Amino acid sequence: MSRVKLTVNGQTVSREVPDNTLLSQFLREDLRLTGTHVGCDTSQCGACLVHVDGRAIKACTTLAVSLDGADVTTIEGVANGDDLHPMQTAFNTHHGLQCGFCTPGMVMAGIDIVTRYQAMGQPLTEAAIREELEGNLCRCTGYHNIVKAIADAAQTMSGAAKAAQ
Amino acid sequence: MYELKYHKATSVADAVAILGDAEDGKVIAGGQTLVPTMKQHLAAPSDLIDIRALAELQGVCIKGDALVVGAATRHADVALHTDVRTHIPALARLAAGIGDPAVRAMGTIGGSLANNDPSACYPAAALALNATIITDRREVDADAFFAGMFATDLDEDEIITSVRFPIPEKAAYAKFPNPASRYAMVGVFVAVLDGDVRVAVTGAGEDGVFCHKGLEAALAARFTSAAVDGVDVSEEELMSDLHGSAAYRAQLIKVMAKRAVIAAG
Ligand SMILES: Cc1cc2nc3c(=O)[nH]c(=O)nc-3n(C[C@H](O)[C@H](O)[C@H](O)COP(=O)(O)OP(=O)(O)OC[C@H]3O[C@@H](n4cnc5c(N)ncnc54)[C@H](O)[C@@H]3O)c2cc1C
Ligand code: FES
Ligand code: FES
Repeated sequence: MSRVKLTVNGQTVSREVPDNTLLSQFLREDLRLTGTHVGCDTSQCGACLVHVDGRAIKACTTLAVSLDGADVTTIEGVANGDDLHPMQTAFNTHHGLQCGFCTPGMVMAGIDIVTRYQAMGQPLTEAAIREELEGNLCRCTGYHNIVKAIADAAQTMSGAAKAAQ
Repeated sequence: MYELKYHKATSVADAVAILGDAEDGKVIAGGQTLVPTMKQHLAAPSDLIDIRALAELQGVCIKGDALVVGAATRHADVALHTDVRTHIPALARLAAGIGDPAVRAMGTIGGSLANNDPSACYPAAALALNATIITDRREVDADAFFAGMFATDLDEDEIITSVRFPIPEKAAYAKFPNPASRYAMVGVFVAVLDGDVRVAVTGAGEDGVFCHKGLEAALAARFTSAAVDGVDVSEEELMSDLHGSAAYRAQLIKVMAKRAVIAAG
């Protein structure tokens, strides 16, 4: 057992957990943040994506103890109160989900993709979005609307980033 | 996953000492291979020694006429580093093509080389570029480092600290990714170093990554994609599995070699 102290969605949390606890288990079972989904056993589906210290990583492929002190954002932490994040709004507008199982991972991936491309100053083309979604599997939508949602949110998010400057 | 004891190493020397004391210890870097393997009960170390955050294992620099990459440098950081993109763009592109963005955000070069998966990308770069693997106790040439599928020349408690890549005149990596796993079905890394041509093949060999002597000789004589046509790539000692037969992989080696030669220019 080890004590793990993290900042999750802006709040400090501290729990005593077995060393073999995955971050996905820690979030879902210890913190009851069940928005982070687990869709595979092989680190391939991306349903469990969360942001750790600014990078999107697979919560199912990381030990919670190894992240002691880290800053974690999950799908529960992206909206501002009742105001959805632009990425969530865009998934809604473009019908970027059907059953919704992959959606938390898709939204976390989408935010990460847009943020990285903006930081690099590179245009986010449709081809780039498809390539960047390599690690996120969806079994329902056929991806087209997910790609449209991310492209649309990129516009809103770049407007917001410019307005903030 | 079985029970284990986690340790955060404070230095490479500390990690080696903890490894020595542990019953069945293993170092963990990005965890992108080790964690899935442990989840499937294919590995069950008693102790995990985390070296991912050690400052002495991070970063990229130019030393003399070589590019040195710290063992715990992540794929995403190799892909974006200016020195890598300027001096060995083929290596930056290889790193940018590993798995998916979340794998690249965690996985490290040291973990990839130590694991020596027969379908991994970095082993092909290390072999073709004639890299030197630097560990906590010695330096090993890539030619002597890879020792068959999932096997290397590393001692049980030996830790890779960095990798030194000579800067080639030309180089390129062409990979045919497995559509499900993104690992190489076949990947070919071609490099011209001091006038010598080296061609490393991953994803295909029954013993893991290897240099193809026939392709090297043909390309040394004439560095064009047409030179590949005349080379006999035998299917002997190539892998056959549900993804493709040895004959299919032999054909892919030629196609990837041509693409790499064209990309190297
Ligand atoms: C979905 C998915 C897709 C992938 N696709 C690709 C791909 O296309 N191409 C590719 O090449 N790889 C691919 N990988 C593997 C990925 O690149 C891994 O990151 C890499 O192989 C291992 O690096 P790591 O830092 O994660 O190592 P870990 O998982 O932490 O460790 C792997 C092994 O190396 C040992 N080790 C780690 N660091 C050191 C060190 N410094 N010295 C000595 N031993 C060490 C560990 O003890 C362990 O045995 C993929 C992985 C996943 C999950
Ligand atoms: S649950 Fe993490 S990648 Fe599938
Ligand atoms: S919406 Fe059902 S898996 Fe993506």
